[in-house]
Amino acid sequence: MTWLVAGLAAWALGWWINTTLARRPRTRITRTVVPVVFGLTVIVIWECVVRGLAIPSVLLPAPTMIAVRFIHATAILWEDFVQTAIKGALSGYVMGCGAAVLVAIAVDRSPFLQRGLLPVGNFVAALPIVGIAPILVMWFGFDWQSKAAVVVVMVFFPMLVNTVQGLQETDAMQRDLMRTYAAGYWQALFKLRLPAAMPFIFNGLKIATTLALIGAIVAEFFGSPIRGMGFRISTSVGQLATDLVWAEIVVAALAGSGFYGAVALIERAVTFWHPSQRGRG
Amino acid sequence: MRSVFPVLTVVVVIFIAWYAGAIALNARWADDKAERAGVELSLTELVADTWSQDKPKLPAPHQVAAEIWKTTGAMVAKGRGFSKRSLFYHSWVTFSSTTLGFLMGTVLGVGLAVGIVYNRTMDMSVMPWVIASQTIPIIAIAPMIIVVLNAVGISGLLPKAMISMYLSFFPVVVGMVKGLRSPQVMQLDQMRTWNASPSQTFWKLRLPASMPYLFTSLKIAMAASLVGAIIGELPTGAVAGLGARLLTGSYYGQTIQIWSALVMAATLAAVLVGLIGLVQRITLKRMGMAQ
Repeated sequence: MTWLVAGLAAWALGWWINTTLARRPRTRITRTVVPVVFGLTVIVIWECVVRGLAIPSVLLPAPTMIAVRFIHATAILWEDFVQTAIKGALSGYVMGCGAAVLVAIAVDRSPFLQRGLLPVGNFVAALPIVGIAPILVMWFGFDWQSKAAVVVVMVFFPMLVNTVQGLQETDAMQRDLMRTYAAGYWQALFKLRLPAAMPFIFNGLKIATTLALIGAIVAEFFGSPIRGMGFRISTSVGQLATDLVWAEIVVAALAGSGFYGAVALIERAVTFWHPSQRGRG
Repeated sequence: MRSVFPVLTVVVVIFIAWYAGAIALNARWADDKAERAGVELSLTELVADTWSQDKPKLPAPHQVAAEIWKTTGAMVAKGRGFSKRSLFYHSWVTFSSTTLGFLMGTVLGVGLAVGIVYNRTMDMSVMPWVIASQTIPIIAIAPMIIVVLNAVGISGLLPKAMISMYLSFFPVVVGMVKGLRSPQVMQLDQMRTWNASPSQTFWKLRLPASMPYLFTSLKIAMAASLVGAIIGELPTGAVAGLGARLLTGSYYGQTIQIWSALVMAATLAAVLVGLIGLVQRITLKRMGMAQ
Protein backbone atom coordinates (compact mmCIF):
# COMPACT_ATOMS: atom_id res chain seq x y z
CA MET A 1 0.00 0.00 0.00
CA THR A 2 2.78 2.42 0.92
CA TRP A 3 4.41 1.68 -2.41
CA LEU A 4 1.26 2.62 -4.29
CA VAL A 5 0.94 5.85 -2.32
CA ALA A 6 4.59 6.58 -3.06
CA GLY A 7 3.88 5.98 -6.74
CA LEU A 8 0.96 8.40 -6.68
CA ALA A 9 3.12 10.95 -4.89
CA ALA A 10 5.86 10.56 -7.51
CA TRP A 11 3.28 11.07 -10.23
CA ALA A 12 1.97 14.25 -8.60
CA LEU A 13 5.50 15.55 -8.02
CA GLY A 14 6.63 14.87 -11.58
CA TRP A 15 3.46 16.43 -12.96
CA TRP A 16 3.90 19.52 -10.80
CA ILE A 17 7.58 19.98 -11.76
CA ASN A 18 6.80 19.64 -15.46
CA THR A 19 3.83 22.01 -15.52
CA THR A 20 5.84 24.66 -13.69
CA LEU A 21 8.79 24.17 -16.00
CA ALA A 22 6.63 24.16 -19.13
CA ARG A 23 5.12 27.49 -18.18
CA ARG A 24 8.54 29.10 -18.21
CA PRO A 25 10.00 30.30 -21.51
CA ARG A 26 11.55 27.55 -23.60
CA THR A 27 15.29 27.34 -23.15
CA ARG A 28 17.74 24.57 -23.78
CA ILE A 29 17.64 23.61 -20.13
CA THR A 30 13.86 23.25 -19.84
CA ARG A 31 13.80 21.42 -23.13
CA THR A 32 16.10 18.70 -21.79
CA VAL A 33 14.92 18.66 -18.18
CA VAL A 34 11.20 18.24 -18.91
CA PRO A 35 11.47 14.96 -20.87
CA VAL A 36 14.03 13.62 -18.38
CA VAL A 37 11.69 14.33 -15.46
CA PHE A 38 8.89 12.64 -17.37
CA GLY A 39 11.00 9.54 -18.02
CA LEU A 40 12.18 9.32 -14.41
CA THR A 41 8.61 9.67 -13.15
CA VAL A 42 7.48 6.80 -15.35
CA ILE A 43 10.30 4.58 -14.06
CA VAL A 44 9.56 5.44 -10.42
CA ILE A 45 5.85 4.76 -10.91
CA TRP A 46 6.72 1.45 -12.61
CA GLU A 47 8.89 0.44 -9.64
CA CYS A 48 6.21 1.44 -7.11
CA VAL A 49 3.39 -0.31 -8.95
CA VAL A 50 5.36 -3.54 -9.39
CA ARG A 51 6.25 -3.60 -5.68
CA GLY A 52 2.91 -2.32 -4.46
CA LEU A 53 0.79 -4.82 -6.38
CA ALA A 54 3.41 -7.56 -5.92
CA ILE A 55 3.45 -8.32 -9.63
CA PRO A 56 5.48 -11.51 -10.16
CA SER A 57 8.87 -10.71 -11.64
CA VAL A 58 8.24 -13.23 -14.43
CA LEU A 59 5.56 -10.94 -15.78
CA LEU A 60 7.12 -7.55 -15.25
CA PRO A 61 10.36 -7.13 -13.34
CA ALA A 62 10.96 -3.89 -11.46
CA PRO A 63 13.45 -1.43 -12.99
CA THR A 64 15.89 -2.01 -10.13
CA MET A 65 15.91 -5.76 -10.86
CA ILE A 66 16.61 -5.08 -14.51
CA ALA A 67 19.43 -2.72 -13.58
CA VAL A 68 20.99 -5.33 -11.28
CA ARG A 69 20.73 -7.97 -13.99
CA PHE A 70 22.21 -5.56 -16.52
CA ILE A 71 25.27 -5.01 -14.34
CA HIS A 72 25.77 -8.72 -13.65
CA ALA A 73 25.32 -9.82 -17.24
CA THR A 74 27.46 -7.21 -19.01
CA ALA A 75 29.71 -9.87 -20.55
CA ILE A 76 26.80 -11.69 -22.23
CA LEU A 77 25.12 -8.44 -23.25
CA TRP A 78 28.31 -7.12 -24.81
CA GLU A 79 28.82 -10.35 -26.77
CA ASP A 80 25.25 -10.16 -28.07
CA PHE A 81 25.64 -6.50 -28.90
CA VAL A 82 28.77 -7.14 -30.98
CA GLN A 83 27.13 -10.08 -32.77
CA THR A 84 23.84 -8.34 -33.63
CA ALA A 85 24.46 -4.63 -33.71
CA ILE A 86 28.02 -4.39 -34.99
CA LYS A 87 28.45 -7.50 -37.16
CA GLY A 88 24.86 -7.87 -38.34
CA ALA A 89 23.23 -4.46 -38.37
CA LEU A 90 26.13 -2.07 -38.90
CA SER A 91 27.86 -3.98 -41.70
CA GLY A 92 24.55 -4.51 -43.49
CA TYR A 93 23.65 -0.86 -42.97
CA VAL A 94 26.86 0.37 -44.55
CA MET A 95 26.58 -2.03 -47.51
CA GLY A 96 22.88 -1.41 -48.09
CA CYS A 97 23.00 2.37 -47.84
CA GLY A 98 26.18 2.57 -49.90
CA ALA A 99 24.69 0.40 -52.64
CA ALA A 100 21.46 2.41 -52.63
CA VAL A 101 23.26 5.73 -53.05
CA LEU A 102 25.35 4.33 -55.90
CA VAL A 103 22.29 2.89 -57.65
CA ALA A 104 20.45 6.18 -57.14
CA ILE A 105 23.27 8.10 -58.83
CA ALA A 106 23.26 5.61 -61.70
CA VAL A 107 19.48 5.78 -62.03
CA ASP A 108 19.58 9.55 -61.89
CA ARG A 109 21.32 9.73 -65.27
CA SER A 110 18.42 8.03 -67.02
CA PRO A 111 14.92 9.52 -66.73
CA PHE A 112 13.56 6.27 -68.18
CA LEU A 113 14.97 4.19 -65.31
CA GLN A 114 13.83 6.83 -62.85
CA ARG A 115 10.25 6.64 -63.95
CA GLY A 116 10.41 2.87 -63.89
CA LEU A 117 12.31 2.29 -60.65
CA LEU A 118 10.72 4.92 -58.41
CA PRO A 119 7.18 3.49 -58.35
CA VAL A 120 8.59 -0.01 -57.94
CA GLY A 121 10.91 1.19 -55.17
CA ASN A 122 8.07 3.01 -53.43
CA PHE A 123 5.94 -0.10 -53.67
CA VAL A 124 8.65 -2.38 -52.33
CA ALA A 125 9.40 0.06 -49.50
CA ALA A 126 5.81 -0.43 -48.28
CA LEU A 127 6.05 -4.23 -48.30
CA PRO A 128 6.78 -6.28 -45.19
CA ILE A 129 10.36 -7.00 -46.23
CA VAL A 130 11.30 -8.61 -42.91
CA GLY A 131 9.48 -11.64 -44.28
CA ILE A 132 12.48 -12.30 -46.46
CA ALA A 133 14.53 -13.13 -43.36
CA PRO A 134 13.89 -16.92 -43.37
CA ILE A 135 14.96 -17.16 -47.01
CA LEU A 136 18.17 -15.24 -46.49
CA VAL A 137 18.95 -17.26 -43.38
CA MET A 138 18.72 -20.36 -45.58
CA TRP A 139 20.99 -18.87 -48.22
CA PHE A 140 23.69 -17.35 -46.08
CA GLY A 141 23.76 -19.64 -43.05
CA PHE A 142 23.07 -18.94 -39.39
CA ASP A 143 25.90 -16.55 -38.64
CA TRP A 144 25.97 -12.77 -39.00
CA GLN A 145 26.27 -12.82 -42.80
CA SER A 146 22.61 -13.71 -43.22
CA LYS A 147 21.61 -10.96 -40.76
CA ALA A 148 23.67 -8.44 -42.70
CA ALA A 149 21.95 -9.60 -45.90
CA VAL A 150 18.49 -9.03 -44.39
CA VAL A 151 19.59 -5.57 -43.29
CA VAL A 152 20.94 -4.78 -46.77
CA VAL A 153 17.59 -5.64 -48.37
CA MET A 154 15.61 -3.77 -45.73
CA VAL A 155 17.51 -0.48 -45.87
CA PHE A 156 18.05 -0.48 -49.63
CA PHE A 157 14.67 0.72 -50.89
CA PRO A 158 13.88 3.54 -48.43
CA MET A 159 17.41 4.77 -49.01
CA LEU A 160 17.10 4.53 -52.81
CA VAL A 161 13.81 6.43 -52.91
CA ASN A 162 15.13 9.18 -50.66
CA THR A 163 18.37 9.62 -52.57
CA VAL A 164 16.70 9.74 -55.97
CA GLN A 165 14.29 12.34 -54.65
CA GLY A 166 17.14 14.32 -53.14
CA LEU A 167 19.10 14.34 -56.39
CA GLN A 168 16.14 16.06 -58.05
CA GLU A 169 16.17 18.83 -55.46
CA THR A 170 18.28 21.36 -57.35
CA ASP A 171 16.32 23.76 -59.53
CA ALA A 172 16.99 24.67 -63.12
CA MET A 173 18.58 27.99 -62.21
CA GLN A 174 21.24 26.36 -60.03
CA ARG A 175 22.02 23.75 -62.67
CA ASP A 176 22.28 26.46 -65.30
CA LEU A 177 24.70 28.32 -63.10
CA MET A 178 26.89 25.22 -62.96
CA ARG A 179 26.69 25.00 -66.74
CA THR A 180 27.80 28.63 -67.10
CA TYR A 181 30.79 27.73 -64.92
CA ALA A 182 31.50 24.98 -67.50
CA ALA A 183 31.19 22.32 -64.83
CA GLY A 184 31.18 18.74 -66.06
CA TYR A 185 28.63 16.11 -64.94
CA TRP A 186 30.78 14.87 -62.06
CA GLN A 187 31.70 18.36 -60.87
CA ALA A 188 28.05 19.38 -60.86
CA LEU A 189 27.22 16.16 -59.04
CA PHE A 190 29.77 16.53 -56.29
CA LYS A 191 29.63 20.29 -55.83
CA LEU A 192 25.92 20.98 -56.28
CA ARG A 193 23.58 18.04 -56.48
CA LEU A 194 24.99 15.69 -53.84
CA PRO A 195 25.24 18.45 -51.21
CA ALA A 196 21.71 19.55 -52.10
CA ALA A 197 20.53 15.97 -51.73
CA MET A 198 22.08 15.60 -48.27
CA PRO A 199 18.95 16.44 -46.23
CA PHE A 200 17.08 13.70 -48.09
CA ILE A 201 19.95 11.24 -47.85
CA PHE A 202 20.16 11.80 -44.10
CA ASN A 203 16.42 11.39 -43.79
CA GLY A 204 16.84 7.97 -45.42
CA LEU A 205 19.87 7.17 -43.26
CA LYS A 206 17.91 7.95 -40.11
CA ILE A 207 14.96 5.78 -41.14
CA ALA A 208 17.41 3.02 -42.02
CA THR A 209 19.06 2.96 -38.55
CA THR A 210 15.93 1.55 -36.90
CA LEU A 211 15.21 -0.76 -39.82
CA ALA A 212 18.74 -2.14 -39.62
CA LEU A 213 18.42 -3.15 -35.97
CA ILE A 214 14.93 -4.54 -36.49
CA GLY A 215 16.16 -6.61 -39.43
CA ALA A 216 19.14 -7.98 -37.56
CA ILE A 217 17.08 -8.93 -34.50
CA VAL A 218 14.19 -10.49 -36.41
CA ALA A 219 16.54 -12.51 -38.62
CA GLU A 220 17.87 -14.13 -35.45
CA PHE A 221 14.42 -15.48 -34.64
CA PHE A 222 14.81 -17.71 -37.71
CA GLY A 223 18.05 -19.30 -36.60
CA SER A 224 21.34 -18.03 -35.26
CA PRO A 225 24.49 -19.16 -33.46
CA ILE A 226 24.12 -19.22 -29.68
CA ARG A 227 24.72 -15.51 -29.25
CA GLY A 228 22.99 -12.38 -30.47
CA MET A 229 20.25 -10.18 -29.10
CA GLY A 230 17.36 -11.79 -30.97
CA PHE A 231 18.54 -15.26 -30.00
CA ARG A 232 18.95 -14.29 -26.34
CA ILE A 233 15.53 -12.68 -26.22
CA SER A 234 13.69 -15.62 -27.73
CA THR A 235 15.48 -18.24 -25.59
CA SER A 236 15.25 -16.20 -22.37
CA VAL A 237 11.54 -15.72 -22.88
CA GLY A 238 11.31 -19.49 -23.10
CA GLN A 239 13.27 -19.84 -19.82
CA LEU A 240 11.09 -17.15 -18.22
CA ALA A 241 14.25 -15.15 -17.44
CA THR A 242 12.35 -11.93 -18.01
CA ASP A 243 14.89 -9.72 -16.29
CA LEU A 244 17.52 -10.79 -18.82
CA VAL A 245 15.06 -10.10 -21.65
CA TRP A 246 14.48 -6.61 -20.33
CA ALA A 247 18.21 -6.04 -19.92
CA GLU A 248 18.56 -7.08 -23.55
CA ILE A 249 15.78 -4.68 -24.51
CA VAL A 250 17.64 -1.91 -22.68
CA VAL A 251 20.72 -2.74 -24.75
CA ALA A 252 18.63 -2.66 -27.93
CA ALA A 253 17.18 0.70 -26.91
CA LEU A 254 20.60 2.12 -26.13
CA ALA A 255 22.04 0.78 -29.38
CA GLY A 256 19.09 2.13 -31.37
CA SER A 257 19.10 5.60 -29.92
CA GLY A 258 22.90 5.78 -29.96
CA PHE A 259 22.96 4.78 -33.62
CA TYR A 260 20.23 7.29 -34.49
CA GLY A 261 21.91 10.00 -32.43
CA ALA A 262 25.23 9.44 -34.18
CA VAL A 263 23.62 9.79 -37.62
CA ALA A 264 21.74 12.91 -36.45
CA LEU A 265 25.00 14.46 -35.21
CA ILE A 266 26.71 13.81 -38.53
CA GLU A 267 23.67 15.27 -40.26
CA ARG A 268 23.95 18.45 -38.25
CA ALA A 269 27.60 18.79 -39.20
CA VAL A 270 27.00 18.07 -42.90
CA THR A 271 23.76 19.95 -43.55
CA PHE A 272 24.38 22.92 -41.25
CA TRP A 273 23.06 25.19 -44.00
CA HIS A 274 19.59 23.65 -44.16
CA PRO A 275 16.70 25.64 -42.60
CA SER A 276 15.77 22.73 -40.32
CA GLN A 277 19.27 22.81 -38.78
CA ARG A 278 19.74 26.56 -38.57
CA GLY A 279 18.83 28.51 -35.47
CA ARG A 280 19.36 25.62 -33.11
CA GLY A 281 21.70 27.33 -30.71
CA MET B 1 0.39 7.02 -67.80
CA ARG B 2 3.78 8.09 -69.05
CA SER B 3 5.44 5.79 -66.57
CA VAL B 4 3.56 2.59 -67.43
CA PHE B 5 6.13 1.47 -69.97
CA PRO B 6 9.21 2.12 -67.79
CA VAL B 7 7.55 0.40 -64.81
CA LEU B 8 6.68 -2.62 -66.96
CA THR B 9 10.25 -2.76 -68.20
CA VAL B 10 11.60 -2.77 -64.66
CA VAL B 11 9.12 -5.48 -63.64
CA VAL B 12 10.07 -7.63 -66.63
CA VAL B 13 13.76 -7.19 -65.80
CA ILE B 14 13.04 -8.29 -62.25
CA PHE B 15 11.30 -11.44 -63.48
CA ILE B 16 14.14 -12.27 -65.87
CA ALA B 17 16.64 -11.80 -63.06
CA TRP B 18 14.48 -14.02 -60.86
CA TYR B 19 14.44 -16.87 -63.39
CA ALA B 20 18.17 -16.48 -64.00
CA GLY B 21 18.78 -16.48 -60.26
CA ALA B 22 16.73 -19.64 -59.91
CA ILE B 23 19.00 -21.36 -62.46
CA ALA B 24 22.16 -20.12 -60.78
CA LEU B 25 21.13 -21.04 -57.25
CA ASN B 26 19.48 -24.38 -57.97
CA ALA B 27 21.97 -25.68 -60.52
CA ARG B 28 24.24 -27.33 -57.97
CA TRP B 29 21.45 -29.45 -56.53
CA ALA B 30 20.37 -30.49 -60.02
CA ASP B 31 23.97 -31.39 -60.93
CA ASP B 32 24.42 -33.40 -57.74
CA LYS B 33 21.26 -35.31 -58.39
CA ALA B 34 22.24 -36.03 -61.97
CA GLU B 35 25.70 -37.18 -60.90
CA ARG B 36 24.24 -39.58 -58.36
CA ALA B 37 21.88 -40.94 -60.98
CA GLY B 38 24.83 -41.21 -63.35
CA VAL B 39 23.34 -39.17 -66.14
CA GLU B 40 24.68 -36.19 -68.02
CA LEU B 41 22.31 -33.22 -68.13
CA SER B 42 21.95 -31.17 -71.27
CA LEU B 43 21.48 -27.44 -70.83
CA THR B 44 17.74 -27.53 -71.43
CA GLU B 45 17.29 -30.41 -69.01
CA LEU B 46 19.32 -28.56 -66.39
CA VAL B 47 17.19 -25.43 -66.78
CA ALA B 48 13.98 -27.42 -66.68
CA ASP B 49 15.16 -29.17 -63.52
CA THR B 50 16.15 -25.95 -61.74
CA TRP B 51 12.70 -24.53 -62.36
CA SER B 52 10.80 -27.54 -61.02
CA GLN B 53 12.53 -28.76 -57.86
CA ASP B 54 10.58 -29.67 -54.73
CA LYS B 55 12.67 -27.69 -52.30
CA PRO B 56 14.65 -25.28 -54.45
CA LYS B 57 16.91 -22.64 -52.96
CA LEU B 58 15.03 -20.08 -55.03
CA PRO B 59 11.72 -21.23 -56.47
CA ALA B 60 10.85 -19.89 -59.91
CA PRO B 61 7.92 -17.46 -60.11
CA HIS B 62 5.61 -19.98 -61.78
CA GLN B 63 6.20 -22.47 -58.95
CA VAL B 64 5.22 -19.83 -56.41
CA ALA B 65 2.19 -18.90 -58.47
CA ALA B 66 1.15 -22.56 -58.69
CA GLU B 67 1.53 -22.98 -54.91
CA ILE B 68 -0.54 -19.84 -54.29
CA TRP B 69 -3.25 -21.09 -56.63
CA LYS B 70 -3.19 -24.48 -54.92
CA THR B 71 -3.68 -22.90 -51.50
CA THR B 72 -6.22 -20.26 -52.51
CA GLY B 73 -8.24 -20.58 -55.69
CA ALA B 74 -8.16 -24.36 -55.94
CA MET B 75 -9.26 -24.71 -52.31
CA VAL B 76 -12.11 -22.27 -52.83
CA ALA B 77 -13.17 -24.32 -55.85
CA LYS B 78 -13.27 -27.38 -53.58
CA GLY B 79 -15.35 -25.38 -51.11
CA ARG B 80 -12.65 -25.39 -48.43
CA GLY B 81 -11.61 -21.76 -48.79
CA PHE B 82 -11.22 -21.31 -45.05
CA SER B 83 -9.60 -24.61 -44.05
CA LYS B 84 -6.38 -24.32 -42.07
CA ARG B 85 -4.24 -25.10 -45.06
CA SER B 86 -5.63 -22.29 -47.14
CA LEU B 87 -3.68 -19.07 -47.45
CA PHE B 88 -6.95 -17.16 -47.21
CA TYR B 89 -7.30 -18.40 -43.66
CA HIS B 90 -3.77 -17.35 -42.74
CA SER B 91 -4.13 -13.99 -44.49
CA TRP B 92 -7.37 -13.42 -42.60
CA VAL B 93 -5.65 -14.09 -39.27
CA THR B 94 -2.89 -11.65 -40.11
CA PHE B 95 -5.31 -9.15 -41.58
CA SER B 96 -7.51 -9.07 -38.49
CA SER B 97 -4.67 -8.35 -36.08
CA THR B 98 -3.19 -5.84 -38.53
CA THR B 99 -6.40 -3.83 -38.76
CA LEU B 100 -7.13 -4.05 -35.04
CA GLY B 101 -3.60 -2.85 -34.26
CA PHE B 102 -3.87 -0.18 -36.92
CA LEU B 103 -7.14 1.15 -35.50
CA MET B 104 -5.77 1.15 -31.95
CA GLY B 105 -2.58 2.83 -33.13
CA THR B 106 -4.51 5.48 -35.05
CA VAL B 107 -6.76 6.28 -32.09
CA LEU B 108 -3.78 6.44 -29.74
CA GLY B 109 -1.77 8.49 -32.22
CA VAL B 110 -4.50 11.03 -32.90
CA GLY B 111 -5.24 11.31 -29.18
CA LEU B 112 -1.59 11.90 -28.34
CA ALA B 113 -1.27 14.42 -31.15
CA VAL B 114 -4.27 16.43 -29.93
CA GLY B 115 -2.82 16.39 -26.41
CA ILE B 116 0.57 17.47 -27.69
CA VAL B 117 -0.85 20.34 -29.73
CA TYR B 118 -3.12 21.64 -26.96
CA ASN B 119 -1.01 21.01 -23.89
CA ARG B 120 2.40 22.57 -23.55
CA THR B 121 3.49 20.27 -20.75
CA MET B 122 2.63 17.23 -22.83
CA ASP B 123 4.36 18.66 -25.85
CA MET B 124 7.58 19.15 -23.95
CA SER B 125 7.54 15.90 -21.96
CA VAL B 126 5.97 13.35 -24.29
CA MET B 127 7.12 14.34 -27.78
CA PRO B 128 10.83 13.60 -27.23
CA TRP B 129 9.89 10.16 -25.87
CA VAL B 130 7.60 9.43 -28.77
CA ILE B 131 10.52 10.06 -31.10
CA ALA B 132 12.94 8.16 -28.89
CA SER B 133 10.56 5.19 -28.71
CA GLN B 134 10.94 4.72 -32.45
CA THR B 135 14.71 4.59 -32.46
CA ILE B 136 14.26 1.46 -30.35
CA PRO B 137 13.98 -1.78 -32.29
CA ILE B 138 10.59 -2.52 -30.76
CA ILE B 139 10.53 -5.96 -32.30
CA ALA B 140 12.83 -6.99 -29.49
CA ILE B 141 9.89 -6.61 -27.15
CA ALA B 142 7.47 -8.66 -29.27
CA PRO B 143 8.08 -12.15 -27.81
CA MET B 144 7.90 -10.57 -24.37
CA ILE B 145 4.50 -8.97 -24.95
CA ILE B 146 3.06 -12.18 -26.34
CA VAL B 147 4.31 -14.41 -23.53
CA VAL B 148 3.43 -11.98 -20.74
CA LEU B 149 -0.07 -11.29 -22.02
CA ASN B 150 -0.52 -15.03 -22.49
CA ALA B 151 0.41 -15.56 -18.86
CA VAL B 152 -2.27 -13.15 -17.65
CA GLY B 153 -4.81 -14.92 -19.81
CA ILE B 154 -4.94 -12.63 -22.82
CA SER B 155 -4.18 -14.52 -26.00
CA GLY B 156 -5.12 -14.61 -29.63
CA LEU B 157 -5.68 -11.36 -31.42
CA LEU B 158 -4.88 -8.72 -28.83
CA PRO B 159 -1.16 -9.33 -28.15
CA LYS B 160 -0.34 -9.23 -31.86
CA ALA B 161 -2.48 -6.15 -32.28
CA MET B 162 -0.53 -4.49 -29.45
CA ILE B 163 2.70 -4.90 -31.39
CA SER B 164 1.06 -3.52 -34.52
CA MET B 165 -0.29 -0.64 -32.47
CA TYR B 166 3.11 0.23 -31.10
CA LEU B 167 4.64 0.23 -34.58
CA SER B 168 1.81 2.22 -36.17
CA PHE B 169 1.09 4.99 -33.65
CA PHE B 170 4.31 6.85 -34.27
CA PRO B 171 3.79 7.95 -37.88
CA VAL B 172 0.28 9.02 -36.90
CA VAL B 173 1.48 11.14 -33.99
CA VAL B 174 4.17 12.85 -36.03
CA GLY B 175 1.91 13.45 -39.03
CA MET B 176 -1.03 14.66 -36.96
CA VAL B 177 1.06 17.06 -34.86
CA LYS B 178 2.38 18.52 -38.08
CA GLY B 179 -1.10 18.62 -39.59
CA LEU B 180 -2.86 20.14 -36.59
CA ARG B 181 -0.21 22.85 -36.51
CA SER B 182 -0.43 23.49 -40.24
CA PRO B 183 -3.06 26.31 -40.16
CA GLN B 184 -1.33 29.64 -40.53
CA VAL B 185 -1.41 32.34 -37.89
CA MET B 186 -3.66 34.37 -40.15
CA GLN B 187 -6.25 31.57 -40.30
CA LEU B 188 -6.12 31.13 -36.53
CA ASP B 189 -6.59 34.88 -36.09
CA GLN B 190 -9.54 34.74 -38.44
CA MET B 191 -11.15 32.11 -36.20
CA ARG B 192 -10.54 34.41 -33.25
CA THR B 193 -12.20 37.37 -34.96
CA TRP B 194 -15.21 35.16 -35.53
CA ASN B 195 -15.19 34.53 -31.78
CA ALA B 196 -14.76 30.77 -32.31
CA SER B 197 -14.43 28.62 -29.20
CA PRO B 198 -11.37 26.33 -28.96
CA SER B 199 -13.47 23.32 -29.89
CA GLN B 200 -14.86 25.12 -32.92
CA THR B 201 -11.33 26.04 -33.97
CA PHE B 202 -10.40 22.41 -33.62
CA TRP B 203 -13.33 20.92 -35.54
CA LYS B 204 -13.61 23.55 -38.24
CA LEU B 205 -10.03 24.57 -38.87
CA ARG B 206 -7.33 22.38 -37.34
CA LEU B 207 -8.85 18.96 -37.99
CA PRO B 208 -9.79 19.56 -41.64
CA ALA B 209 -6.40 21.15 -42.25
CA SER B 210 -4.64 18.07 -40.91
CA MET B 211 -6.36 15.58 -43.24
CA PRO B 212 -3.70 15.42 -45.99
CA TYR B 213 -1.03 14.82 -43.34
CA LEU B 214 -3.19 12.22 -41.63
CA PHE B 215 -3.66 10.12 -44.76
CA THR B 216 0.03 10.14 -45.62
CA SER B 217 0.82 8.90 -42.13
CA LEU B 218 -1.97 6.33 -42.23
CA LYS B 219 -0.38 4.68 -45.25
CA ILE B 220 2.95 4.36 -43.45
CA ALA B 221 1.15 3.21 -40.30
CA MET B 222 -0.70 0.49 -42.19
CA ALA B 223 2.51 -0.90 -43.68
CA ALA B 224 4.18 -0.81 -40.26
CA SER B 225 1.16 -2.44 -38.69
CA LEU B 226 1.33 -5.39 -41.09
CA VAL B 227 5.01 -5.89 -40.29
CA GLY B 228 4.08 -5.86 -36.60
CA ALA B 229 1.37 -8.47 -37.07
CA ILE B 230 3.66 -10.78 -39.03
CA ILE B 231 6.43 -10.52 -36.47
CA GLY B 232 3.94 -10.93 -33.65
CA GLU B 233 3.03 -14.31 -35.10
CA LEU B 234 6.58 -15.65 -34.96
CA PRO B 235 6.95 -16.34 -31.23
CA THR B 236 3.47 -17.78 -30.71
CA GLY B 237 4.75 -21.17 -31.78
CA ALA B 238 3.59 -20.81 -35.35
CA VAL B 239 -0.11 -21.55 -35.10
CA ALA B 240 -1.75 -19.43 -37.75
CA GLY B 241 -1.10 -16.40 -39.86
CA LEU B 242 1.33 -15.45 -42.59
CA GLY B 243 4.17 -15.07 -40.08
CA ALA B 244 3.52 -18.61 -38.88
CA ARG B 245 3.65 -19.85 -42.48
CA LEU B 246 7.05 -18.19 -42.83
CA LEU B 247 8.29 -19.85 -39.65
CA THR B 248 7.05 -23.37 -40.40
CA GLY B 249 8.34 -23.00 -43.93
CA SER B 250 11.78 -22.15 -42.63
CA TYR B 251 11.73 -25.08 -40.14
CA TYR B 252 10.97 -27.64 -42.83
CA GLY B 253 12.87 -26.03 -45.70
CA GLN B 254 9.65 -25.47 -47.66
CA THR B 255 10.93 -22.55 -49.70
CA ILE B 256 7.93 -22.48 -52.02
CA GLN B 257 5.67 -22.11 -48.99
CA ILE B 258 7.79 -19.22 -47.66
CA TRP B 259 7.68 -17.43 -50.97
CA SER B 260 3.96 -17.87 -51.39
CA ALA B 261 3.39 -16.48 -47.88
CA LEU B 262 5.65 -13.57 -48.78
CA VAL B 263 3.77 -12.83 -51.99
CA MET B 264 0.50 -13.03 -50.07
CA ALA B 265 1.83 -10.59 -47.45
CA ALA B 266 2.95 -8.24 -50.20
CA THR B 267 -0.46 -8.40 -51.84
CA LEU B 268 -2.15 -7.76 -48.50
CA ALA B 269 0.08 -4.74 -47.92
CA ALA B 270 -0.61 -3.40 -51.40
CA VAL B 271 -4.37 -3.84 -51.02
CA LEU B 272 -4.52 -2.23 -47.58
CA VAL B 273 -2.33 0.73 -48.51
CA GLY B 274 -4.24 1.06 -51.78
CA LEU B 275 -7.53 1.16 -49.87
CA ILE B 276 -6.29 4.01 -47.71
CA GLY B 277 -5.15 5.79 -50.85
CA LEU B 278 -8.65 5.39 -52.29
CA VAL B 279 -10.31 6.77 -49.15
CA GLN B 280 -7.78 9.59 -49.20
CA ARG B 281 -8.60 10.54 -52.76
CA ILE B 282 -12.37 10.49 -52.16
CA THR B 283 -12.18 12.39 -48.87
CA LEU B 284 -9.81 15.07 -50.08
CA LYS B 285 -11.84 15.52 -53.24
CA ARG B 286 -15.05 16.01 -51.28
CA MET B 287 -13.25 18.43 -48.98
CA GLY B 288 -11.96 20.32 -52.00
CA MET B 289 -8.35 19.68 -51.07
CA ALA B 290 -7.35 17.37 -53.90
CA GLN B 291 -4.14 18.37 -55.60
